[in-house]
Amino acid sequence: MDIDLILSMANATMRLATPLLLAALAGLYSERSGIFDIGLEGKMLASAFAAATVAAVTGNVWLGLFAGVIVSILTTMLQGFASITLKGNQMIAGVAVTMLAIGMTTFLGQTWFRQGGRTPQLSGDARFAPIELPFARELADVPVIGALYSDILSGHYILVYVAFLAVPVTAYVLYRTRFGLRLRAVGENPKAVDTAGISVTLQRYQAIFITGILAGLSGAYFSIAQGAGFGNEMTAGKGYVALAALIFSKWRPVPVMFTCLLFGFLDALQIRMQNVELPLVGQVPVQLVQALPYILTVVLLAGFIGKAVGPKAGGVPYVKER
Amino acid sequence: MSVRRPLPRWADIVLLPAINLAMAFLISGMVVLMIGENPLEAVQVILYGAFGYGDGVGYTLYYATNFVFAGLAFAIAAHAGLFNIGGNGQAYVAGLGAILVGLALDQTHWLIVMPLAMLAAGAVGGFWALIPGYLQAKRGSHVVITTIMFNFIAAALMVYMVNRVLKPNNTMAPESETLDVMGRVPQLREFIPYFGYSPVNLTIVVAVAFLVLAYILIWHTKLGYQLRTLGQNPVASKYAGMSNSRLIMIAMTLSGACAGMIAINEVMGVQHRLVLDFVADAGFVGIAVALIGRNHPIGIGLAAILFGALYQGGQELQFVIPAVTREMIEVIQALIILFTGAMEGLFRPALERGFVLLSLEQKAEATARATVDSES
Amino acid sequence: MSEQTTNTQRPDPAAAPSGDNGDWAIELEKINKSFGPVHANKDIDLKVKRGTIHGIVGENGAGKSTLMSILYGFYTADSGTIRVNGVPHAITDSRHALALGIGMVHQHFMLVDNMTVLENVVLGAEDSPLLNKTLAHARSQLVELGREYSLEVDPDALIENISVGQQQRVEILKALFRGADTLILDEPTGVLTPAEADHLFRVLETLRAEGKTVILITHKLREIMAITDEVSVMRGGEMVETLKTSETNPEELAELMVGRRVLLRVEKEPANPGDIVLEVENLSVTDRMGVQRVKSVSFSVRAGEIVGIAGVAGNGQTELLEAISGIADPTSGVVKIKGKPLDIRGDDGAARARRAGMAHVPEDRHRMGLVTTFEEWENSILGYETYPDYGKGMILDIAAAQKEAQRRIEMFDIRPDNIRLRTANFSGGNQQKIVLAREMDRELEVLVVGQPTRGVDIGAIEFIHKQIIKMRDAGKAVLLVSVELDEIRSLSDRILVMFDGHIVGEADPETANESELGMMMAGMNQKEAAQ
Repeated sequence: MDIDLILSMANATMRLATPLLLAALAGLYSERSGIFDIGLEGKMLASAFAAATVAAVTGNVWLGLFAGVIVSILTTMLQGFASITLKGNQMIAGVAVTMLAIGMTTFLGQTWFRQGGRTPQLSGDARFAPIELPFARELADVPVIGALYSDILSGHYILVYVAFLAVPVTAYVLYRTRFGLRLRAVGENPKAVDTAGISVTLQRYQAIFITGILAGLSGAYFSIAQGAGFGNEMTAGKGYVALAALIFSKWRPVPVMFTCLLFGFLDALQIRMQNVELPLVGQVPVQLVQALPYILTVVLLAGFIGKAVGPKAGGVPYVKER
Repeated sequence: MSVRRPLPRWADIVLLPAINLAMAFLISGMVVLMIGENPLEAVQVILYGAFGYGDGVGYTLYYATNFVFAGLAFAIAAHAGLFNIGGNGQAYVAGLGAILVGLALDQTHWLIVMPLAMLAAGAVGGFWALIPGYLQAKRGSHVVITTIMFNFIAAALMVYMVNRVLKPNNTMAPESETLDVMGRVPQLREFIPYFGYSPVNLTIVVAVAFLVLAYILIWHTKLGYQLRTLGQNPVASKYAGMSNSRLIMIAMTLSGACAGMIAINEVMGVQHRLVLDFVADAGFVGIAVALIGRNHPIGIGLAAILFGALYQGGQELQFVIPAVTREMIEVIQALIILFTGAMEGLFRPALERGFVLLSLEQKAEATARATVDSES
Repeated sequence: MSEQTTNTQRPDPAAAPSGDNGDWAIELEKINKSFGPVHANKDIDLKVKRGTIHGIVGENGAGKSTLMSILYGFYTADSGTIRVNGVPHAITDSRHALALGIGMVHQHFMLVDNMTVLENVVLGAEDSPLLNKTLAHARSQLVELGREYSLEVDPDALIENISVGQQQRVEILKALFRGADTLILDEPTGVLTPAEADHLFRVLETLRAEGKTVILITHKLREIMAITDEVSVMRGGEMVETLKTSETNPEELAELMVGRRVLLRVEKEPANPGDIVLEVENLSVTDRMGVQRVKSVSFSVRAGEIVGIAGVAGNGQTELLEAISGIADPTSGVVKIKGKPLDIRGDDGAARARRAGMAHVPEDRHRMGLVTTFEEWENSILGYETYPDYGKGMILDIAAAQKEAQRRIEMFDIRPDNIRLRTANFSGGNQQKIVLAREMDRELEVLVVGQPTRGVDIGAIEFIHKQIIKMRDAGKAVLLVSVELDEIRSLSDRILVMFDGHIVGEADPETANESELGMMMAGMNQKEAAQ
């Protein structure tokens, strides 16, 4: 393979891994606090729609991002209200929120813009532009480092850098702060947290608030960075891939990053492989590559390669009185 | 906290779901109001579209057929304590079984094709659910996550199968060859002209039979007793000597086979070929249907008709009120899942308190009356 | 445990601080608490002197834990006043209680298994948003506290890797780290070996010597007599009496707890043992964590005799019961009924054990013996649902099952007399009768019974004991496992003592003395114990 192909694949991998990474980290905060989140997809979709709508109306990408995050937080809070305060079934809450987001975004999109559910095309200040890192052009010709820095690391949307920065920050928060200690404890044994004088409810709401922010960033990435506007169901199941990545990394921040890069790479590969004839194999079944993240996760869940055991209190509402 | 007692059975089965349903409709109505349309008019349109004329009724029943299978699929697993949200994928791959039987038995009468296709679709759908069931039973992998993953794996698999294996060389569209007329499951309009051009077909009879069979299975067989024991208390079922892993696999297989019947309705009865994404989101509607129907066959039957009417009426809606698209139906459906499934705790406590108050009042009244009686 | 603590060791309570009634660390007045229809605490009054060890005794379900959970702010009382050091406080949550210097060691430890000892200790008491400083500071304090009260633990060990006794130390350290003046311990010895329990009592004495107040919840009178200064007795959600320990005796306390003279001996004829029915040979069981819980146990039970297995909870009795009855797979060994080896391995081993004539009343009826959401008649066939009595083919003969359930309700005097009622709505004693009726009312060879009277009211206890003896007199082999030594002694014809997965000795209930049994339960072998 030639060097250009490798570079462009590496670049695409980073781009495609970003929304997965943001969403998987979002899920990490929620699930570590004991709230299973199969509603990531819904939050991302709601955010993508809100971001594109506000960006289109105001022409300001930052307002769009802000709107996306707010809507994602509100969606998360609705799911949280059902799961935490009302002690409802977390799985059903996740399914409901996702379906609500699918229905509402298409419905409102059609009603407001009448373009088959799409929001108007974004351009200029209404959409994020790639950022060129300092000295990227100057370093471009330096061997190895130049390619690495200028072609792979430089030239991404700001949300890409935010996503990768969120990894060490999350690791630090989780293992080195009071908040992280309580977060880990509340997902394992909420009763221990309660008897230590900490409110389980408050702790969980705080956790899913961060989930809302990160899922919002992930959703907005689809419609105002990677894409130039919202289209029906544009997150295309990426919320579930992120969930798979989270499980695959056993709910740990740094492995989450590597898993998302792997899944992002598979995605890039799949796009690149469309209609490519390989010697011996013939046309590559891209569907297999597409399904690989899901298959890998099932295999891991089945304990054939290691074992994925989630936070112990996950999925169970905390009921104090008998 | 004030005194709370469990609700009377009728309130639990009828009143609470009714309140939750009403909430879902109320909020949907508010959304319609918000975009400046009249929700009452929308209701009228939906009702007329679903029940007002033969075609409408036919379509309502056609959708309801799918939803009965999807709802039963979810409910059977739920009775065994399993959360199968893979109905969509199971129904999708079951299409393979149906179409392969249909194409293999070219020029054969449907009375032979249909039962064999049902067996094949049930087997494939059941198998697709059995794998997550096996992984749950033997390897402890959570069935919720694995069934989600299997939905996506099914989608990839079916795109591959349709495009690379089943598509005839002379067509461009991603679909299989069309079934011979002889082998198709007859549509009801062939006997009852009332149904106009609607696709409702004999599969609806199967759906009704499945409702009855499911009722018998769950409440009148030893297996059903075991499944419910597992669902309510898996430690007790182990203590009782039931094989939990076997029961999990049986429940998932039955659930998947049930979902697989959607393929009969769609592939054998309506499309007459395998097309991409023929399940639409019926599998997910099944969750709403089972939740609102309280996992009981009668409830599921009624809820399936309700959703069938919503889907059919929703189609109608966008012609009459262009601002209200059929996605509105998805919103209603999501709200129903939210209120009846996840936010059940919203009204139950108040209702329980209300009943306690009511009974206290009745008691007080009775005492008062008794005192008056004794005095007089 | 048997050592008598004389009251002279107790230092005078510290000089009264501000307030006219500075003597009292804790005062509870007219506390009420209901859970749904259950009135767990009724108008409870309790005063605890500062610098004393105050015992609270009562049967299971008497309301002791609820009361203390209210004091600790885990539950909120429906009504009543709490005074701490003479000042009234409305304690709303545990944080509030901790701030008032009240700490609690719960019966089930409140620890996060996959975090370290240190992390568990600081959880909720961190002094800054970042952990580094907190942990460093806590580490030195932990070492200091450990030395002061002889509660040494490795601060970096994961909770899941340390023993139960060590975990309890962590719980006490948690409370002390938070500066607790009053320490509540809920049934602290239930999971401890006698040696560990002795150590705990020495720690409690040290705490008292330092002027701290200890509230000890227990249902073991021996502990009350050994260590407390005052004792309050609770019964049925009410406070019955508070007494000076030095002025009372176990008999009086037992009477207060139960409400009338306890029938310590159950009326029974001498046993008339026949042939060997149940044989257990070299049975070993390893639990899911890979810990060997039952270590090559062998014994046999004859027809017409009751063999009781005594021991402190957690010494392998649960695992032994589950292996014999086919619920958990043994790692090795054989179980035979009338000489025929049982195939008890596999997922449905319990079904095969039943078919071979083994009935099993499990230790925990809620977790295992019943499906509480089912109607009464449905629980009456649990485990036997495939039997031809309830339909020959796949169809369940509901009418037959209901008829049988109705008959049993009358036979075992189960109340209320309603087979269509949800099982959760029956009282503990009646639920236990549902299980007993189901297991006893059929053809069987062996009856295996675990903790038959746990959480059962006193009237039902007598009934249940009589039923068990009736089975013996009908020539069945009965294996009884109980952590209540009195129950074992009064029912058994032979006593086996289990410790750390081994059967460490055998005793005759007529001749064995308490201390000999106690020593064996503490792991001494029979010869040592007899000396």
